[in-house]
Amino acid sequence: MSTSAATARAERPRLLERITASSSWTVYALLIVVFVGILVMNPSFGEPMSLMAFVKKAAPLIILAIGQYFVIVSGEFDLSVGSLVGAQVVIAARLMDGEDSMTWPVMGIMLLFGLAVGLVNGLVTTLLKVPSFITTLGMMLVLYGAIRLWTGGAPTGALTEGFRQWGRGGLFGSPGEFQVPYALLIVVVLGVLAALLMRRPYGRTLMATGNNDVAAAFSGAPVWWVRTRAFLLSGLMATVAAVLIGGYAGVTAQVGQGLEFVAITAVVLGGVVLGGGRGSVVAAMAGALTLEALFTLFNQLSLPSTIRPAVQGVIIIAAVAYAAVPRRPRRRATAEPPSSAEPSSPVDPPSRPKEPAAT
Amino acid sequence: MTTTSTSRPSTPVVEPILRLRGIGKEFFGNSVLRGIDLDVRPGEVHALVGENGAGKSTLMKIIAGVHRPDAGTMTLDDAPATFTSPLAAQVVGVSTVFQEFNLLPERTVAENVYLGREPRRFGLVDAARMDRDTSELLTELGLVGISPWMRVGSLSVAEQQIVEIVKAVSYDARIISMDEPTAALADQEVELLYELVRRLKERGVAILYVSHRLKEIFDLCDTITVLKDGNQVITTATADITPDQLVRTMVGREFSGYFPEKDPTTVPGEVRLALQGVGNTQVDDVTLEVRSGEIVALAGLQGSGRTEIAHGIFGIAPFSRGRVLIDGTEHTLTSARQAVRAGLALVTEDRKAEGLALGQSILANARLVLDSVTPRTSGSRARRIPGILSSLDLVARSAETEVQYLSGGNQQKVVLAKWLVTDPDVIVLDEPTRGIDVGAKRAVYDLMRELTADGVAVLLISSELPEVVAMADRILVMRDGRLAGELPAGSDEETVMSLATGAGEESAEHVAVDLSVLAEHPEALAALPGASDAAHRPGGQPADRPVQQEER
Repeated sequence: MSTSAATARAERPRLLERITASSSWTVYALLIVVFVGILVMNPSFGEPMSLMAFVKKAAPLIILAIGQYFVIVSGEFDLSVGSLVGAQVVIAARLMDGEDSMTWPVMGIMLLFGLAVGLVNGLVTTLLKVPSFITTLGMMLVLYGAIRLWTGGAPTGALTEGFRQWGRGGLFGSPGEFQVPYALLIVVVLGVLAALLMRRPYGRTLMATGNNDVAAAFSGAPVWWVRTRAFLLSGLMATVAAVLIGGYAGVTAQVGQGLEFVAITAVVLGGVVLGGGRGSVVAAMAGALTLEALFTLFNQLSLPSTIRPAVQGVIIIAAVAYAAVPRRPRRRATAEPPSSAEPSSPVDPPSRPKEPAAT
Repeated sequence: MTTTSTSRPSTPVVEPILRLRGIGKEFFGNSVLRGIDLDVRPGEVHALVGENGAGKSTLMKIIAGVHRPDAGTMTLDDAPATFTSPLAAQVVGVSTVFQEFNLLPERTVAENVYLGREPRRFGLVDAARMDRDTSELLTELGLVGISPWMRVGSLSVAEQQIVEIVKAVSYDARIISMDEPTAALADQEVELLYELVRRLKERGVAILYVSHRLKEIFDLCDTITVLKDGNQVITTATADITPDQLVRTMVGREFSGYFPEKDPTTVPGEVRLALQGVGNTQVDDVTLEVRSGEIVALAGLQGSGRTEIAHGIFGIAPFSRGRVLIDGTEHTLTSARQAVRAGLALVTEDRKAEGLALGQSILANARLVLDSVTPRTSGSRARRIPGILSSLDLVARSAETEVQYLSGGNQQKVVLAKWLVTDPDVIVLDEPTRGIDVGAKRAVYDLMRELTADGVAVLLISSELPEVVAMADRILVMRDGRLAGELPAGSDEETVMSLATGAGEESAEHVAVDLSVLAEHPEALAALPGASDAAHRPGGQPADRPVQQEER
């Protein structure tokens, strides 16, 4: 059968094609390159202890990248997450004030606060039609100012041990020895949930909304609520990131500063297109990991940390420029004469097994 | 294909400047042009005509250097010519005036004409010389109303068009292609363009003229080439063909057998959708019923309020007056979501802007309504999608192909699939066959018959009168936001048209009709100087201008 032969011919380059066709393959390649670079500079980085230390450091950014991914893929931005992380840590320290019994109630308050910020961002953007760039920029300034006003400039109070363990501690083994960090577990769980969510109807609708919100609305999607939920998820992720950062780094006045741009850089590095509708959440997480690894590499190259913003700027511009290059359709491995009876075969139901290649 | 050589005394046979031989082009596997032979001669106006999607625009873009042909050769002055870009074509004397102007509205006429190659003096732009040169060009072409220092944004559409042509002439163009140059012009402005075309002809410029308006083709052109579905049907001297013959050549299909016959066992049942005196800012006092198993057509001109009815029913731009009843129950629908829940489906007019998420896969698009409205059950209901897609004969490499790479017809099938999977009771089809190929059209017609056989109520909004007349059980005609009347099945197109235009009234002067209307009634041409239609493009290509509305 000539059609099955043609199908088989088209199937062969599938694996390589599939890897290179997805816009995110570059981030995985880059991740490997950077890791190899670090290991060459410092072979001890490969030891379990230092790897786990790296994971603890990278976890908050990966989680922020997940939240930012939802918002970006829906076609919006969330610039308020850095300020939100800062606000959450300061709120936690002030309200707990070292009181162990307050750990859980305060974490509950933080959760509500994060969701509230996301809700306001979402509703102002979708219902009042303020561009999210402006909404969340405003939110960033409001949080930044309000927290300083409230604390009088310097954060007060202290985080409890029970709170800090999430960012610092781990399972199995005692502190000082090898442990599986809570941060790693949280990242894995959230990552899996996020990837599953994107395969659910909500994730598909979110993606379609980012691609063409008019078509989504005409298809019956409640576009305002779809986008608002993305902001809620972003607020939620910022809250989790704040718990980890507070635990890992403690309370300072600068905590969270600039994190929104790091998160956006990470997402963009993962091949997620600004403007929405394209990119995977796993690639966004890989982008965050790559960025954190890149910073580690810079440390080992003894580059000053002040180089980071410049590198982020270059990455954002380069990634957006790369995404703007028109992508060629991936199809038609072989050129058939236009007069041939069937130019291509009708869609096969995915469930139907492919006919074996004619040999 | 026949190539009749011209025998008119007014156009002696001259050697062509540009020769096309066997030109073919395909987009993503869809062949849109096949074996085109074209001779373009100096001092000759050569019309390129055909229905929407016949391949005129693609051929023009090949000549302009926008697209490269996949087959065949082009020779300019007997030397092989391959234009790598519009600029490369322009430099050797082949200019194209597209429907969308490439003009800077805030700059003067002279600045626009010499944009990018301003004469210089001491390193600065020599504005005086630029104005002088432009002024000379304008005088040469007999254009008195335009001055070099005028701001382009202050000119009328016709004058802007002329600036584009002047710009082409300033490149010493020997061939100028014009893509529906009169489409956006008012009648009195057209004369200005005619005059310019005649002057260019006298100067020995070859003109390729794409138009839908038969009157100007016969007024202006020496030679006519007819394209149909990517093939060259005929090339003939204008003197050797009548408007009647030309229309037949263009449409060239047997209407009987083209539309599927109605199954005699399908009879209208219960009223599924009823509008009672509905209205909003766009439409007023519309009362209609669509029964199960019935196809009701909503005919009318562009802008008569047909799409607004669809948007009103679907809750996108809700009605503010009157009642909407679905299966006898009154509904107040204020969003598409509620409409879907009530069992409605709307295949929108603008497939790319309103129907599809172009960057997503076929499957993702086909699932979109289920995912959006009934997320709980979408997974299991979506299993039917592959079957629906193959029953529509969708041609694609896999269900994961992004819909932006499909032809217009296949994209439309994806839109249909996403609604069919919801099992609607009432389906509103707004221009369902616009810009899709004949095979896909047939699939849409077959589908409409199948849906009615299954008891679905179909409201068909269409500008294609043959389609309206052949498919509908009843025809409702709209005019100026109101129902102008109802006609039974089998009414002839002329009756529909006169109801839509308010026959005999002055508004008929600016009527927008589809060419296919003229297939049956070429004599109506004289009454319709403003004949034009909405922009349809060959499959898979972006529509490159918005729908023209001729009513002012």
